[in-house]
Amino acid sequence: MATQTTTELDTTPEASKLRAAIALDDRPSRPSPVSATLTFTWRALLKIKHVPEQLFDVTLTPIIFTLMFTYLFGGALAGDVTTYLQYLLPGILVQTVLFTTVYTGYTLNTDITKGVFDRFRSLPIWRPAPIVGALIGDTVRYTIASVITLALGLALGFRPDGGVVGVVLGVLLLLVFAFALSWIFTILGLLLRTPNAVMGTSMLVLMPLTFASNIFVDPSTMPALLQRWVDINPVSHLATAVRGLMGGTTSFDQIGWVLIAAVGLTIVFAPITMRLYRNRS
Amino acid sequence: MATQQELAIEARGLVKHFTSGKTTTKAVDGIDLAVPEGTVYGVLGPNGAGKTTAVRMLATLLRPDAGTARVLGHDVLTDADAVRSVVGLTGQYASVDEDLTGTENLVMLARLYGFTGSRAKGRAGQLLDAFGLADAGSRQVKTYSGGMRRRIDLAASLVMSPKVLFLDEPTTGLDPRSRNQVWDIVRVLVADGATVLLTTQYLEEADQLADRIAVIDHGKVIAEGTATELKRSVGEGAVHLRVADSADRARAAELVEQVLGTEVTLAPDPYALAARVPDDGAVDVGRLLPTLADAGITVPEFSLGQPSLDEVFLALTGQPTDDITEEVA
Repeated sequence: MATQTTTELDTTPEASKLRAAIALDDRPSRPSPVSATLTFTWRALLKIKHVPEQLFDVTLTPIIFTLMFTYLFGGALAGDVTTYLQYLLPGILVQTVLFTTVYTGYTLNTDITKGVFDRFRSLPIWRPAPIVGALIGDTVRYTIASVITLALGLALGFRPDGGVVGVVLGVLLLLVFAFALSWIFTILGLLLRTPNAVMGTSMLVLMPLTFASNIFVDPSTMPALLQRWVDINPVSHLATAVRGLMGGTTSFDQIGWVLIAAVGLTIVFAPITMRLYRNRS
Repeated sequence: MATQQELAIEARGLVKHFTSGKTTTKAVDGIDLAVPEGTVYGVLGPNGAGKTTAVRMLATLLRPDAGTARVLGHDVLTDADAVRSVVGLTGQYASVDEDLTGTENLVMLARLYGFTGSRAKGRAGQLLDAFGLADAGSRQVKTYSGGMRRRIDLAASLVMSPKVLFLDEPTTGLDPRSRNQVWDIVRVLVADGATVLLTTQYLEEADQLADRIAVIDHGKVIAEGTATELKRSVGEGAVHLRVADSADRARAAELVEQVLGTEVTLAPDPYALAARVPDDGAVDVGRLLPTLADAGITVPEFSLGQPSLDEVFLALTGQPTDDITEEVA
């Protein structure tokens, strides 16, 4: 019976198409790390195209955060809203983008749960390509969130003295830091069992990083212990540097500290991510 | 046949234990496999027997705790990238991206294998066409039916025309028509020289496709051979009986044993019993019913058939598949 089926198969058009498809004479050579990485970035962009809902939060969160904190604290903290906005907006930009980074771990974990990641792991490609490619794709989301926050800020009366160059450099610095911070969330994405657990744990990491910082208020009124944390919190340095760049008062060491923190985060957490990625069972 | 065939897959003493808390599961506990090139090799076993873990180790997705494995001569540990460039993988854990369209998935994989620009698109189109998915190429994979989904998974694992293909339960959950399509695809692949390692829970599937079968249980190979050899080891066939009165079952079992000369299995159902039919041709199965009738035992149901996977397991392990599944899971 088996032989009979095979004979039938030989003559069907389906079988000959299949034959032609698997008779691959011209095998390409392996793609470069850059090309493999960019293919994964392309995938991340395709996902935005097919699932535009995932942009809801990067568009709505900045609007809610900016409006809420500006009018909630503006009068009380700075006397009037416009004065506070000059201080707050770079900070709220930092917070918005950092909150968006948790989706990195979330999407990674979803890929693992759905089995897509094992297919990637079974390919002969540069190993970090799927993760690095996804992180680069995520910067598109961060950029969208930044543009919306800035546009709303400008409409509300934010006037950056650093001009266009200062604002663009501020956003770029923020993107570099967000990329580096994402390696923490890729670790959570690889370690935890469900996408929702990743989301919850990531929020726990982000809360002290963003709220216990100088994003909302000048730390000089805080208790000593909290001040000490705020002073070493890399997010405070990031907010200060972004403020400096956008306000045209930046200093070399402000930016330097952020870059050091970004390099440090990457050096520590990227290898842990890759180790977990390789040995995942 | 007498000449020594090249081995496509060779595993010796593969071990993988998973520890969670205090319990250690011996998922794979010392497996040897030898799969000749150009053949279909079936790995048969119930859920949790260690099939998937074994395949994941052979496909470089999981590091073995002990043992060695080579695929087309490449070591899965020291030469993983060489293994990855010659194998294709399809299974519940190696899936395509549901959010993307069929075309996008295949173009992405083609690029990741090194096809550039229009060649990647061409390769994707050719595969979609060959798998009867040309019309569905622009639809998101999540809208595909079960059979289409399995075909796109297969197409995805064939982008680079792998010489060795791992199919992990390729037909589980498919309707009979889709299942036959998958079987036909496997036959064409092997006819063209590929080696296929296929895991399955279905004896029939292994029987239909596989040249040789390894039966796995508790992470160990408990039997190995051709389908015919395996079935012979449990008897060519089996009789299944139901008695009208459960009180008669013990007596019926005795009589069946006398006629067939084989051991009778009592099913959990108090009315049912089964026995292997020896394949030596010396037994007259036809005598069973008159003998039971003479003893005054009413038999409302009687069937004679091929041994099921359950019976193969019962014969090989002494316990039904359900028990095994529960223990391991």
